[in-house]
Amino acid sequence: MTTTAPALDAQGVTIRLGDRTVLDRVDLHVLPGQVTALLGPNGAGKTTLIRCCTGLLTPSSGRIVICGTTPTRACAEGRVGLMPQATGAWSQITAAELLAHLASLHTEPLDLEPLVELLDLTAHLRTPYRRLSGGQQQAVNLLGAIVGRPELVVLDEPTAGMDPRARRTTWELVGALAQAGTAVLLTTHDMAEAQSLGDRVAIIHHGRVRVDSTVAELTDSGRSLEEVFLEATEGRS
Amino acid sequence: MSRITELDLSPHPTATPPGRAALRQGLVEAGLQLRNGEQLLLSLLIPVAALMLGRFALPQLIDFAELAPSVLALALWSSGFTAVAIATGFERRYGVLERLASTPLQRRGLVLGKVIGVGLIATCQLVMLAVLALVLGWRPVGGAAPAVATLLTSVTAMAAFVAAALLLAGRLRAEITLAWANVAHLALALGGGILVPLAALPGPLATVVAFLPTGALGEAWRQLSTGAGAGLVIWAPLVVTAVWAAVLIGLATKGFRWMS
Repeated sequence: MTTTAPALDAQGVTIRLGDRTVLDRVDLHVLPGQVTALLGPNGAGKTTLIRCCTGLLTPSSGRIVICGTTPTRACAEGRVGLMPQATGAWSQITAAELLAHLASLHTEPLDLEPLVELLDLTAHLRTPYRRLSGGQQQAVNLLGAIVGRPELVVLDEPTAGMDPRARRTTWELVGALAQAGTAVLLTTHDMAEAQSLGDRVAIIHHGRVRVDSTVAELTDSGRSLEEVFLEATEGRS
Repeated sequence: MSRITELDLSPHPTATPPGRAALRQGLVEAGLQLRNGEQLLLSLLIPVAALMLGRFALPQLIDFAELAPSVLALALWSSGFTAVAIATGFERRYGVLERLASTPLQRRGLVLGKVIGVGLIATCQLVMLAVLALVLGWRPVGGAAPAVATLLTSVTAMAAFVAAALLLAGRLRAEITLAWANVAHLALALGGGILVPLAALPGPLATVVAFLPTGALGEAWRQLSTGAGAGLVIWAPLVVTAVWAAVLIGLATKGFRWMS
């Protein structure tokens, strides 16, 4: 990737559901080769923003451009890879079948064999998805998100339920993706994850982006990222 | 770490052509339906049991020339409505739809894939059940025109059933969808003209049921079997199912929600 244009460019995105404003003039940019960690309390609007990025929700106002086009078109062209927060799979499908199906939606997918081995899934490929552990399901979901070699990967709480070793491997994989030029947007409640992976951190609260900066800038006064988060999200109730 | 860095993870997005993606989706959906015990029971085992029961256990009570086509209509009703509603309700709840909608498959491909999957299952069902019915002595007497009318009625009825299933699954929680789909399955199979001919229903009810897609489908198959219809009458069920299909597809398009 030689372009420096954002892979994700959200400007003034507002979502109103009935009389409730779920997203309020959100600005967010994710650059190729960078990881942006999106933090926020439950119900802050993170998943809603992700749904805008995949074209499932259309902003009431504002706009989202992904890889120079609309979210729907970007998804249709395989430019976006989504790792959903929830299950995201049929309960009875095996890990191998799910990954093969997701790969079949792209003409030049990643060779998943080394990644399956890396994430310790080889012995579980024939296991129905519902019988996988939470961490194994997350690992399958992660591979499903990147199998199409997308330019923008959206990871919704990618390491929730993973054991420390799997979490560490996932961090390395996310870092390698960014190093290879992929733009990564990840949501997390894990401050260590945000600090370790994020080139930038955006904190969203009550549908508004309260903080958007680099980890170094946020913590250079000696405060921890958690302290920054708590300060930015005061007055939750 | 060293192994990760050896991999080529550079972005290179590609997309399978929409038609092929939808076909793959349809094959996956059909495969998953076939290995689902509950759906297999609805789709095949119950219809087979009904044919065997009618042929060997209760031949004096049920005219096999009416039972066989009714069972074929039942199989279509089960696959087109009940199975689709239940499966889609849980796909929506588990986030399957949300995930796949963000792939090159897109929402249109998801719906097309579902139609392909249902079509494959229904075709297999019809072939297997029709062959069994013929082996058991079913001899449909309708000619080419009733056969064409029945085929078209079946296609449009299935479109209406799938649209109704999507409307139900796209608005209600999965558990509620499961309950309503089963209730509707039983109620319309017994009282909606699928298994019981219109002539055997009370007058006012028969009039209403004749205008239901289930009643139209059942009558079309029975007309083909017994040769009861003549002239323009054989096309009446097609008009009913086509209108229902148009209305329900319109409602499903507007009312379906992809996220739970």
